[in-house]
Amino acid sequence: MAAATLLLAVIVFSLLAFFGSSYRVSYLVEGDKKKLNSRLHYYGLFALLCAGLPVSIAYFFWWLLTPFYFEASVVKFLINSLEVSPDENISLLLGQVNTIRDTLLSVDYSNTTELFNQSGTIDYEVMAAIYALANQPFDPETRSFLIQAGYDLWILENKANNTFRIALFFMILCIILLYFFLVKPGFRARYYVENIVLGILIAAAGIAIITTVGIIISMLFETFRFFELHEWKDFFFGYTWAPNFHGDSEMSILPLLFGTFYISIFALFVAVPIGLFSAIYLAEYSSSYTRSIAKPMLEILAGIPTIVYGLFALITFGPFLREFFGDGGAFGVNWMSDARSVATAGTVMGMMLIPFVSSLSDDIINAVPQSLRDGSYGLGATQSETIRLVVIPAALPGIVGAILLAASRAIGETMIVVLGAGAIAKFSGNPLEAMTTITTRIVSQLTGDGDFNSPETLVAFALGLSLFLITLVLNVIALYVVRKYREQYE
Amino acid sequence: MAHETGSLSEATALSRKRRAAEKRYRLYGLVAISIGLLMLVILIGTILSKGLTAFQQTFITLEIELIESKLDKKGNRDINEIKKVSTFGYAPLTKKSFEKLFSAYNLNTALSPKKASKILSKSAASDLRKFVLNDTSVIGKTISFEFLTNSWIDGYLKGRINREDIQNNKNVSTEQLDLVDELVKLGIVEKKFNLSFLLGSDASDMRPEAAGFGVSMVGSFYMMLVVLLLSLPVGVAASIYLEEFAPRNWITDIIEVNISNLAAVPSIVFGILGLAVFINFMHLPQSAPFVGGMVLTLMTLPTIIISTRASLKSVPPSIRDAALGVGASKMQTVFHHVLPLAAPGILTGTIIGLAQALGETAPLLLIGMIGYIATNMPSTLLEGLASPNSAMPAQIYEWAKRSDPAFYERAWGGIIILLVFLITMNTLAVILRRRFERRW
Repeated sequence: MAAATLLLAVIVFSLLAFFGSSYRVSYLVEGDKKKLNSRLHYYGLFALLCAGLPVSIAYFFWWLLTPFYFEASVVKFLINSLEVSPDENISLLLGQVNTIRDTLLSVDYSNTTELFNQSGTIDYEVMAAIYALANQPFDPETRSFLIQAGYDLWILENKANNTFRIALFFMILCIILLYFFLVKPGFRARYYVENIVLGILIAAAGIAIITTVGIIISMLFETFRFFELHEWKDFFFGYTWAPNFHGDSEMSILPLLFGTFYISIFALFVAVPIGLFSAIYLAEYSSSYTRSIAKPMLEILAGIPTIVYGLFALITFGPFLREFFGDGGAFGVNWMSDARSVATAGTVMGMMLIPFVSSLSDDIINAVPQSLRDGSYGLGATQSETIRLVVIPAALPGIVGAILLAASRAIGETMIVVLGAGAIAKFSGNPLEAMTTITTRIVSQLTGDGDFNSPETLVAFALGLSLFLITLVLNVIALYVVRKYREQYE
Repeated sequence: MAHETGSLSEATALSRKRRAAEKRYRLYGLVAISIGLLMLVILIGTILSKGLTAFQQTFITLEIELIESKLDKKGNRDINEIKKVSTFGYAPLTKKSFEKLFSAYNLNTALSPKKASKILSKSAASDLRKFVLNDTSVIGKTISFEFLTNSWIDGYLKGRINREDIQNNKNVSTEQLDLVDELVKLGIVEKKFNLSFLLGSDASDMRPEAAGFGVSMVGSFYMMLVVLLLSLPVGVAASIYLEEFAPRNWITDIIEVNISNLAAVPSIVFGILGLAVFINFMHLPQSAPFVGGMVLTLMTLPTIIISTRASLKSVPPSIRDAALGVGASKMQTVFHHVLPLAAPGILTGTIIGLAQALGETAPLLLIGMIGYIATNMPSTLLEGLASPNSAMPAQIYEWAKRSDPAFYERAWGGIIILLVFLITMNTLAVILRRRFERRW
């Protein structure tokens, strides 16, 4: 019984349950709806939820958890097998078995049953035929017990899944029949339906928590594996970043942190003055007409995808900078060898950050009570003096919050630095040199054909966790400051 | 200055200084805004000036004689027989047609027909083969066929490549450019609107002229479908709980802090999560749009929850009180009255969230939606969701990484298409807001 059949059965049964039980209840009270506890459709809805929900939940957990059982059984088989020598890499063999299973899965079942012989074993020719059916290359060197294990795994999974689906099928049937005959007009259908719906709403809200927990657990797990393979002292206190896929890598986060902060600070030096003065002008000086045009225009900068900025840095702005600072450039200096540099990525990232600073600061400056300004004018201060000495100090916590949010955005920004910052990890103060960041290294370590058991790949998870924690701290502080400040004047 | 006398309206040194400072301060603000707007203009200008040319492509129209003895040796028009003739069988035909072209127009060129035929795209022979296989009745006839020229010729006509640059270039020679100049005058070579950029699929490194954006647009479409179907119900359900039902206690506080933090987590972290959980742990296929869609869903959820909560909050309590007063339950109040009134706001937030997800690149890199040349249009819904594909931003990144500058033009062209989608979605959101926004 395939998954699609089960899905269809669930839908059909749920609908049957809905109409059947509505009809049944209506029949029991002889059409007199006043005798019902709840409105008619709640009886149907309850039946529908009873039929659909448990099956969906059971199926979800089955789909989530059984692969572990199957994997464990294959590992056990491999460990006990005489053909596997003790020093062999089990996870590599497991991967091969899984590939064979996947190939079998990808071929239509009805086509393949005749390919297997009576005794339930499978031989090379059959396997080659199946691979041909699946349009996959078959390696004749594959060891026969692996093929057998893959085949057995496939059979086991098929059987288990089919049994489970049939069991579920009967479960729905039983629930529906039971409900159908037990339901009474006094049954508080609405109460139960609403509680179930509330449960669904709570589960949806829980997904936010699950995502965070998922992020932390998945990265912690891989980070621990990384520290089993790699010295933690080197990661936190080393000086060099030199991953080497042949082993013996030096991988320290410090040069990457340096590059990340350097580029972010460069970007903030571009974005904060422009953003802040824009916000001041928009909030204090401009007419409402100018404001209604200029503010959305600036916000367009935040809506442009970062890949666009990345391309702009790589193809337009980087070469433009090099025409001035590069070899044979307009300034006659040779400070810039590559179009990619801290200044390239930093300036372009600054462009992107302007609206983050300006919009939030603008809101915050607007939230400063007019009475403060009036008091200042009353004492004879000019408008600029009022802004400098009264409005900005009053808005300062909020502005700092906005800048911190922009900083967190800059630290986690990926596409601009991947395309515009270069790949060289070093400590250098020259903003015209290429430098690399945490995010670019995560991308480069994870997009190769790396093996997920090597420290060179796993280091990306340690970097990701560090990045997550840094931005988390910045966000928490920023959100706290902004919220605290809002409360102050509300 | 302590004992200065005179009229207040007469400017003193101090007041002059203060007024100058005032003017300066105002100017700083004006300059800052101008710089910001200037950057926007430069960015948009760059995109348009570099990308618009991608929508045009250079074509050459040739008279091709489809010689029967070469393409269908037995002459029985058996499609399987004809399929056996590979693209190598078609290449000589293009050479022949150049021979004819030279004699027909009496062209003076030092190039042999074989060298001249090199101005065609590397995919010319296979395009011709596809055309013949599609309609075998043309065999034996002379047809006029539109070929793509290679990217160097295209670049020359678009002004990207000039004669000085190609002195040491093996792919193109000045004689070929002379020939092209002649052919342009004759109207045989011309730039035309390039429909296959909008509808076609990516091509390999050697054929930038044939690369198209269509398949990755379809990939993005399927991803957005997944994002919409997952994040809208879950986001709305979560917001309803948090806004209408949740008691104020530490658990809901944690959820709230969590959601506002998730909205600010770097997108690449979601990519790492997707890689670790969906691909390494659950063994879902790499490069599949539904996996990409799920990762983007996690990223979009906080945006949708935040905007949905804001629009639920804006429905006045009197509506709820009225519903409760006539005997509706809390749940009925929310689903029958509050939610429909909040719907326009929710929709607006969803569209903005989707627009963000559409332009997001970093998480897609980690779940393998790059380095993959998406050549086939998916034919069914399931195939569209599960078979490997690219997405618009991932395709742009892919082109940006390639060494041939001809791909840069494609990347900018792709950006224009992406921005058109984003602008459309955001405009739609603004219109919805204006049209349905209620002031209570």
